[in-house]
Amino acid sequence: MISLNDLLVILPELYLTAAACLVLLFDVFIKDDQRDATHWVAIIVMLVGIFLVIHGQTSQTVTAFGGMFVRDHMAEILKVTVLIATVLMFVMARPWLKDRQLFLGEFYSLSIFSVLGVMFLVSAGSLITVYLGLELFTLPAFALVALNRESKLSSEAAIKFFVLGALASGLLLFGMSLIYGATGTLDLQAIFAAAGTTAHPHLLQFGLVFLVVGIGFEFGAVPFHMWLPDVYEGAPTPIAMYISAVPKLAAVGLAYRLLEVGLGPLAHDWRMMLAIMAALSLVVGNVVAIAQANLKRMLAYSTISHMGFVFLGLANPTPEGYSSALFYAVCFALMETVAFGVILALARKGFECEMIDDLKGLNRRSPWFAGMMAISMFSLAGIPPLWGFAAKVLVLKAAIDGGMLWLAIVAIICSIIGLFYYLRVVKVMYFDVPAEGVEPLAPKSDFTLRWLLSINALGLIAMIGFSGVLYAWCQAAFG
Amino acid sequence: MSNWPILSVLIWFPCLGAIIVLLAGSARPHLARWLTLAFSVITFALSLVMLTQYQIGDGGFQLQENLRWIPGINTSYHLGVDGIAVALIVLTTFTSILVIGGAWQVIKDKVHQYMAAMLVLEGLLIGVFCAMDALLFYLFFEAILIPMFFLIGIWGGPRRVYATLKFFIYTFFGSIFFLIGLLYMYHRTGSFDLATLWAFPFTMREQSWLFFSFLIAFAVKTPMVPVHTWLPDAHVEAPTGGSVILAAIMLKVGTYGFIRFSLPIVPDASQHFAWLIILLSLIAIIYIGYVALVQPDMKKLVAYSSIAHMGFVTLGLFIVYMLARGQHDVQTAQLGVQGAVVQMVSHGFVSGALFTCIGVMYDRLHTREIAAYGGLAKVMPWFAAFWVLFAMANCGLPFTSGFVGEFMVILSAFIANPWIALFAAFSLIIGAAYTLWLVKRIVWGAAPSKEAAAMPKLTAREGWVLTAFAVAVLAMGVYPWPLMHLMDSSVAQLVTHLMTSKIG
Repeated sequence: MISLNDLLVILPELYLTAAACLVLLFDVFIKDDQRDATHWVAIIVMLVGIFLVIHGQTSQTVTAFGGMFVRDHMAEILKVTVLIATVLMFVMARPWLKDRQLFLGEFYSLSIFSVLGVMFLVSAGSLITVYLGLELFTLPAFALVALNRESKLSSEAAIKFFVLGALASGLLLFGMSLIYGATGTLDLQAIFAAAGTTAHPHLLQFGLVFLVVGIGFEFGAVPFHMWLPDVYEGAPTPIAMYISAVPKLAAVGLAYRLLEVGLGPLAHDWRMMLAIMAALSLVVGNVVAIAQANLKRMLAYSTISHMGFVFLGLANPTPEGYSSALFYAVCFALMETVAFGVILALARKGFECEMIDDLKGLNRRSPWFAGMMAISMFSLAGIPPLWGFAAKVLVLKAAIDGGMLWLAIVAIICSIIGLFYYLRVVKVMYFDVPAEGVEPLAPKSDFTLRWLLSINALGLIAMIGFSGVLYAWCQAAFG
Repeated sequence: MSNWPILSVLIWFPCLGAIIVLLAGSARPHLARWLTLAFSVITFALSLVMLTQYQIGDGGFQLQENLRWIPGINTSYHLGVDGIAVALIVLTTFTSILVIGGAWQVIKDKVHQYMAAMLVLEGLLIGVFCAMDALLFYLFFEAILIPMFFLIGIWGGPRRVYATLKFFIYTFFGSIFFLIGLLYMYHRTGSFDLATLWAFPFTMREQSWLFFSFLIAFAVKTPMVPVHTWLPDAHVEAPTGGSVILAAIMLKVGTYGFIRFSLPIVPDASQHFAWLIILLSLIAIIYIGYVALVQPDMKKLVAYSSIAHMGFVTLGLFIVYMLARGQHDVQTAQLGVQGAVVQMVSHGFVSGALFTCIGVMYDRLHTREIAAYGGLAKVMPWFAAFWVLFAMANCGLPFTSGFVGEFMVILSAFIANPWIALFAAFSLIIGAAYTLWLVKRIVWGAAPSKEAAAMPKLTAREGWVLTAFAVAVLAMGVYPWPLMHLMDSSVAQLVTHLMTSKIG
């Protein structure tokens, strides 16, 4: 029986479901030139969502629907970050969408549905919820990538994303069925209990491999990363921003639920798989990123390498390891929004600001935006005193504590390689002059975009003082 | 006595100044200059206040501040200074004023950004010398790269991008292994606090690994042979102010790291591998001296001579192990460390002054080719006088600051092993050779071109900057006692700590 209590536990999700429908309806009844109203309604919806998640937070773990839905600290942190990242996307996307006649109501309702999927995913207590959440989150995302129907590149990216996403969820589903076969249950905690005593350990391990592959797809970790650069490049920039931040947060939740909550007893098996994926992601991501002339592709490969860092934390299956991975994912999402935000601010109709060379001489045109971009690049590179540094220290520490010194050293060497392409962006902005005849870069004067982007970027500096607070939250999530 | 956090103020006041200068904007370069000067002068005054609050007799860490920082990992915002740090902080604040004065008219493009970068750099450097938490130290140690990156990359010479990237990647490469070392120590001790790390008994095997993780970082920053190649490039391309800060203070960060990390945390490994450092130092002193001899570019020449002089510092620091443990000669061991620190401060003044002089010449002829200059004694007599003075200090003439440190290091080396002293002393001859030859080519003789013969005389501003350097160089050379006295007890504590083995 569904009790009122169950409904209270999923109040934020219920609210967002209703709100997404409302946004959809609302948009139908307004004129096209009043779309700004939808924009603000969507933002208010998200802000109320943040309030509900924070307001309803509990000190202990609460489950609903017979354990299918779990509400704990980790889920709350991920949900809040996902909602914040989405609000950032909404604000930063508006001028860009308007320029291109893409300022559509679907954009908002699809995004909210996708976020809803993430919220279910990170709260999953059963394989069914995991799968439902994953589908609810990816299907709108496929549509969002194809938002620009006119663009061949977008359609191609959407198809790739869709096919590979379908493949990934198929693999995940197959793995889940094997695990069900081995343990006879879909409930993650029951799987945990059965995993140690199952009569079919090999079946279970076989299923585990498929789960890890599915998780690898979600993260975009090597060797399951092929879709990521194409999707980044082809998707409309605001959607690329969404895809760079939100799914990574979802993936951390996914990995924790499946691997720790469900298959914790097999940690010995999956740790090594993650470590190898981490090493590959770090090497491939960083090395290939150097060769990219396209800024979005470069960010895509850098994302791959950052996912390697997240795995560094996950490869140490202790509360410290998980909290460092969570911390890293949160930091990463907020760093990516800055980088994409600057791209969004500089792009205008007919000019996407996609190539690294497009940023040439930005410091002469707009020192402020150049500064914001430089902050995000230095932070992504992990240079103190920026936030990315704190995140890197924590995951490296987790890897060393987990006895994987070799992995930490691989990560260190790769981050030196990575430094090169981050610095190139800074170099282009500060040391180069724009080529003759190129229209000067001028950032948009959109008020909300400017302010939010600035707060976001300055937060990357200021947070070093407060990273203790966030880390304490992350620790409490697994404590 | 007031309890206000003077060290935090020293670190963050220049950073605050940087923000204000940035807000002054590009339209009012003169305002940016005056603001920056005001901030740096106040910072200097504050550092003197710190000097008065520091109790000289007590060699421990004073004026400590300790705040919880990231509770999850046991690290804190822990500041404190001993005599060595105090000396280096005053060097930093003093040199910063001169650098800002030196860049007054020279920097014309984006003045506010340049000045802001300088102020941030100053604050971060002070932070390095104050940090008593290993992670905090690392934070400042690395963050220095960012303003320096912009200083060289934006206002530098023609090959600045190459030099900047090389500089950045080299130093980042070095320090990131240091980070692994720090994390490993944290893994073992559960703390980043330096006092804990100093006391913790690491095994010999651990110490060896840690020693090399420190060595890579500090050797790159110092710089030691064979990881010195970024320095000449960075110097040649950097604007004058960048060069001065680089030579005068940033190089000291590396050797300061040896003092704070390598020597006390891994004393046994340091003793075991002291021969390696001593060998590398001797190579730096002699081989790099010869390399300096053949440079046609005067900035490169002084850059190479910096590497040679920093060789003396590392020699002084590690010769200690041959004295303290081999012969139980604490007094001479202290002499070595003290010589190294004196040499650090002295090199700060001398190289800072030399780079400022080169900047003065460069502003007039826009070339650093030694061959383009000549006969400055007639053209710019005052300048020539300063140049000769600093050149003499550079080759360690008595009564200049260069002599004191080198003498102390060579003396302690002699007690440890006369052969080492012999090789080290060779450098005096090589140093004299390249400096005197440089002086000969630039100051004496006839001007090689009409432009060189018509160089404008020193301006009052340049004169003041050089006078300040000259006073510092001479004061330290004639009466080094206050500096020695300042750090005496701290050095004594350090050496006592070094002598105690952590194993068995």
